[in-house]
Amino acid sequence: MAIMSFIFAFFFFSSLQPILSLYEDQVGLMDWHQQYIGKVKQAVFHTHKTGRKRVVASTEQNIIATLDLRSGEIFWRHVLGPNDVVDGIDIALGKYVITLSSGGSILRAWNLPDGQMVWESSLHGPKHSKSLLLTTNLIIEKDNSLIVFSNGRLNAVSCIDGEVLWKKDFEEESLEVQQVIQPPGSDFIYVVGFAASSQFETYKINAKNGELLKHESTAFSGRFSGEVSLVSSETVAALDSTGSILLTISFHNGKISSQQTPVSNLLEDSPGLAVIIHSSVTGIFAIKTDAATIFIRVIGEGKLEVVEKTNHETVVSDALSISEGQQAFALVQHAGSNIHLTVKPAHDWDSNLLKESIKMDQQRGFVHKVFINNYIRTDRSHGFRALIVMEDHSLLLLQQGAIVWSREDGLASIIDVTTSELPVEKAGVSVAKVELNLFEWLKGHVLKLKGTLMLATPEDIAAIQYMRLKSSEKSKMTRDHNGFRKLLIALTRAGKLFALHTGDGRIVWSHLLQSLHKSESCRQPIGLNLHQWQVPHHHALDENPSVLVVGRCGPSSDALGVLSLVDSYTGKEFSSLRLVHSVAQVIPLPYTDSTEQRLHLLIDADKHAHLYPKTPEAIDIFQSEFSNVYWYSVDDDNGIIKGYALKTKCSGNVADEFCFDSRELWSIVLPSESEKIITTATRKLNEAVHTQAKLIADQDVMYKYISSNLLFVATVAPKASGEIGSVTPEESWLVVYLIDTVTGRVLHRMTHHGSQGPVQAVLSENWVVYHYFNLRAHRYEMSVIEIYDQSRADNKDVWKLVVGNHNLTSPVSSYSRAEVITKSQSYFFTHSLKAIAVTLTVKGITSKQLLIGTIGDQVLALDKRFLDPRRSVNPTQAEREEGIIPLTDSLPIIPQSYITHSLRVEGLQSIITVAAKLESTTLVFAHGLDLFFTHYAPSRTYDSLTEDFSYALLLITIVALVAAIFVTWILSQRKELQDRWR
Amino acid sequence: MEKGKGVLGAGRRWAVDFSDNSTAPSSRDIPDPPGFTRASVDQDDSAVSRQKKDAEANWKAQKAWEVAQAPFKNLLMMGFMMWMAGSTVHLFSIVFEPYKDNKVELLGPKLLFIALNLGGLALGVWKLNTLGLLPTHASDWVSSLSPAQEVEYSGGGIPL
Repeated sequence: MAIMSFIFAFFFFSSLQPILSLYEDQVGLMDWHQQYIGKVKQAVFHTHKTGRKRVVASTEQNIIATLDLRSGEIFWRHVLGPNDVVDGIDIALGKYVITLSSGGSILRAWNLPDGQMVWESSLHGPKHSKSLLLTTNLIIEKDNSLIVFSNGRLNAVSCIDGEVLWKKDFEEESLEVQQVIQPPGSDFIYVVGFAASSQFETYKINAKNGELLKHESTAFSGRFSGEVSLVSSETVAALDSTGSILLTISFHNGKISSQQTPVSNLLEDSPGLAVIIHSSVTGIFAIKTDAATIFIRVIGEGKLEVVEKTNHETVVSDALSISEGQQAFALVQHAGSNIHLTVKPAHDWDSNLLKESIKMDQQRGFVHKVFINNYIRTDRSHGFRALIVMEDHSLLLLQQGAIVWSREDGLASIIDVTTSELPVEKAGVSVAKVELNLFEWLKGHVLKLKGTLMLATPEDIAAIQYMRLKSSEKSKMTRDHNGFRKLLIALTRAGKLFALHTGDGRIVWSHLLQSLHKSESCRQPIGLNLHQWQVPHHHALDENPSVLVVGRCGPSSDALGVLSLVDSYTGKEFSSLRLVHSVAQVIPLPYTDSTEQRLHLLIDADKHAHLYPKTPEAIDIFQSEFSNVYWYSVDDDNGIIKGYALKTKCSGNVADEFCFDSRELWSIVLPSESEKIITTATRKLNEAVHTQAKLIADQDVMYKYISSNLLFVATVAPKASGEIGSVTPEESWLVVYLIDTVTGRVLHRMTHHGSQGPVQAVLSENWVVYHYFNLRAHRYEMSVIEIYDQSRADNKDVWKLVVGNHNLTSPVSSYSRAEVITKSQSYFFTHSLKAIAVTLTVKGITSKQLLIGTIGDQVLALDKRFLDPRRSVNPTQAEREEGIIPLTDSLPIIPQSYITHSLRVEGLQSIITVAAKLESTTLVFAHGLDLFFTHYAPSRTYDSLTEDFSYALLLITIVALVAAIFVTWILSQRKELQDRWR
Repeated sequence: MEKGKGVLGAGRRWAVDFSDNSTAPSSRDIPDPPGFTRASVDQDDSAVSRQKKDAEANWKAQKAWEVAQAPFKNLLMMGFMMWMAGSTVHLFSIVFEPYKDNKVELLGPKLLFIALNLGGLALGVWKLNTLGLLPTHASDWVSSLSPAQEVEYSGGGIPL
C-alpha cells in the first residue's frame, strides 16, 4: 500500500509538469534518424563542372534527390506526393534538374546545388498518353528548350522560365506515340508511334515552331506490342504482338521502309515469348526471353545478327556518349558471388573498354538497373563509374573494381516491424573491459563533474558531448537491464529482412529471404507481415529467438502462402515452408509450447484454420483450449463482419490433423447504402494493463471494461468515402462501433453527423481515440470513448475486498454479457494525421500518451489526460486534485512535445511502440521513407537516474560531508574539554 | 512532577532524615540538653509519625492524579497542533513507577491515563483518515487489482 501511494505521489508530481522536452545537447543521445530515398528508377550524373560531383535520382517512392558521388550522402531531397509519379528526369543547362511528373502534366525545374524550385509549368493535352522528356540543345527564340510529349501533345518548353514556346496536338484517338527523336545537329523532330496497333506512323516536326513538315504511315499485317527500341536516330526495332517477329523500321527522310525477321531465324531453339528491352544504344538492341537475354546488332538495311546470348540475369545501361560520335554502354552479369561489369563501345561489340569483376554480397540479390558515367583519367583514357540498383533496392557505386559506397534504400519501404531481444551478457566478459577502461571511466566522470560545476572549457564540453553520443554502452550487442537495447526486425517490400540495433540504428544483419524470392512455383512473391515466433525467457533460454515471416505468391488473396522462420541473432533462415493453402489472416494465439514457440492460426481464403507449428505438442495444447478460440473477419468491401468458432478437423480429402473447419457464429451486416467500413482498430496483443479499477474523485471507483476481444469499427456514408469536402455535411456521417468479437455483441454505437473520414484510431486498455474531419465545423476532431463495466460497480464493500471475498479477479467470459457504460467526448484538433499510436510500458502503470504522426511527418506526444471524457468546464476541487484538466474545445499542441524535435520522418507510415524493461520508458520507432527511433518517458524517468547524473559529484559530496562531520566532532570535543577545565 | 521528585523519598541520591529513631539508650552517650524530656517525645512519637505518613500518602495520591491528568492539558494543545499541521507521533512515557506504593490505589489514574492517550490516538487516526491515508474505501483495495483473465480468445481482422 505504501509503495502504491508512493508511486501515485510520483505520478502526481510528475503530472504537474506535463511538458516533456529535450535540451539541445540531448539530441542524438537516445534517438537516431536515417534518411533514405527508395528504389532508384532513373539516375543522371552531373560531373562535368568543377565542384561537388553528384548524381540526381528519381525513385519509385516519388522522390527526387541528389546524392554526393563520393559518399552517397543526400545533398537535397524532395518528396513528391503519392500521386505525383516521376516520369522522367534530366539536367538542363548544367544547373537545373528537370522533372516531369504526374502522368506528364507537371514539369518542374529545380536548382541543382540547393534543390530550390526554379519554375513549374503544367502541361495539359487532349488525351492520356505516354510521357516522354527530351532535353535538347535546340535554341528557340534565344532560349534553350526542352521537348516534352505528354497527354497527346508535343510541347517545346523554355529551360529558363518554363514557358511553353509552341505546342502541337496529336489528337488521333488510336495513336500511341512511342518515341520522340531529335537527330543530332538537326532542327526537326521525329514523333513515331503506332496507330490502331498495326499502323506505323512518323511525324516530322519543325523544332523551331512546331509546324508539321511531313506525315507518313505504313500498315502492317500483324500488330505491334510493347515498346520500341531506338537503333539509330532514324531506325527503330519493334516486336509484333506474338513476340515472334522482329521488325526494323527506318524512316529516313520521311520514307518508311521495314524489314521483318522471325526471331526463330536468329536463334536455333525456339525462345518462347520475347520482349524488347528499352535501351538507346546505337546499332544494337536487346530482347529478353524466359531463359535468356539476346543482343542483336543491326547491320545495314535491316539485317540482323545475334551478337551475344547470355543466360545470366543481365542488365544493360543506356548509351553514354564518351566522345564525338562514340557511344559506350555497360553490361552487368552475374557469376556466382561476383558480378561482371563490362563497358563496351556501341560500334564494336567484341572490344571492351572496361571489364571488372566485383565481389557482391549474396544478400543483395540480382542487379536490377545500371547507370554509367565516364571520367577522364590522368593518362587521358576513359574511366567509368557505374551506379547499380540491386534487387533489395540498395544503391551502390562501383568504380575501379570496388564498391565505393552503398545505400540500403530498401529500408524506405518497410512493410512490418517487430522486435527481438539481444543475447544475455555472459559473466566474466564485461569485467575485464571495465577494468581496462577504469582510467577512461574516471576521466569521463571528472569531465562530467566539470561540466556540472560549470568549470568546463568549450573543448571539454565538446569532449563530453562526444562521449555521450558515442557511448559504447548503448550499442553493445547484449541485453541491458533497462531493456533499451533490442533488435528491430524490419521486413521490406523487396523481401529483405533487416535487423537494426536500437542503440545506434546500425544494420546488425540483413537477409534476402529465399522464400520470398522469385521462382518457378512462386512468380510474384510478396511479404505480408512479421510475427514473433519464439521469444525464449524461462525454460528455453539457450535457444535463439526467432521471427515468422508470412508471405504469399502473388497479389490475389487466394495465392498460396509462404512461411519462413528466421533466427533473430544471426539472420539465418532456418526453416522455409511453401504452404498448400492461401493466407488470409494470421492469428498469433496466446499459447506457447515447451520451447516457447508461439502457436499461430493461419486462416485461408476458404475459412479453414491451420495450426502452426505442426507438432503433436502444439496440437495437444491447442486441443485443450479448442473451444475457447474464435476468429472474425471484416469484409470492408461488402460491409460484413463475421465471427467464427472452430469446428472439427478439415473435411477435405487429405487427412490433416492441423487443419480445422470454421463454423459461423454471428455476423453483423452493415447497410451498404449508408455505411462503408473504413477503419478498424484492436488492442495490441502484448499490451499490459496494470489495474482494472479507475479511481475517481471522492474515493470512488469505476471498473474498466478490459477485453482483448474488443474491435473498433468506423464506417462512413459511401458517398463520403472520397476526399474531404466532396460531400455536404448533410450527406455525410461517421458511425463508430465497439464490438465484442467473441459474441458479436455491439457494445457501443455512436453517430457523428456531418463528419467524414479518413479515420485514424487507436484502442488501448478500455478506451479508443479516433480522429476524423468535422464538415460542419470545417475542422479536424478527435474523440475518445471510454468503456466501463457497470456490473462490477457494486463491489464497494470494503470488508469483502479486505478478506478477498469478491469475484473481481476470477476469469470472465464474453458470454456473461457484462453491463457496460461508455463515456465520450470530442475535441478539435489542428492537424490532420498520418498515424496514431499509444505509448506502451512493460507493466502498464505509467500514464499513457498518444503519439500522433502529423501531416508534417513529425511525431507529437499528447497526454491522454487531454482526452478524458470526464473533463468539464469547471472541475470540482476533488476532480482537480485527481488531475482533470478543465475542458477546452480544442486540444493543445505543445511545441516542446514533438518527440522528433527538429527532424522529420518523411513519408511517415507507422509509429511502433515497444516497452522497455524500465517501467517509465517506451521505445518509439517511426518509419516511412526515413527511420526514427527514440526513448520516451511519458511521466519522466521516475524510476531511474538520468543519463547525465554525476556520480562523481555525489561521491565528492558524501566525502565532504563525512570530513565535515569529523572536523566538527573534533572541534566540539575540544570546546567541551575547555569548558570543563574552566 | 519535578517538584514532587525533589521532596519524595524514592529516586533521590541523598537525604537527611529529620525523624530521629535512635531511641536506644546505648546510642545516647550525649546527654540530652537541659529542659528536654525524652519521655514525652517518645510517647507522642508513634502518633506523629502515623499522621505524617498519612499526609504523605494523601499527598502522593494527589500527585499521582495530577500526573495522570497531565496529558489532558496536552490533549487540547495536541489537538490544536494536529488540526494546524499534519500528524506527528508523541511518546507517552508512563511514569507511574515512582508512585508505586502498597497503600496508593493507582488503577484509577492508570485507566484515566490510558483513556486519555487513547483519545489522543483516536484523534490521530481521525486526522489520518481525513488525510485519506487509511484504507477505508473500496478504492484503496482495488487500486492495484489486475484485470480479470478472459476465458475466450478471438483474433482476426481485415483479410491481408
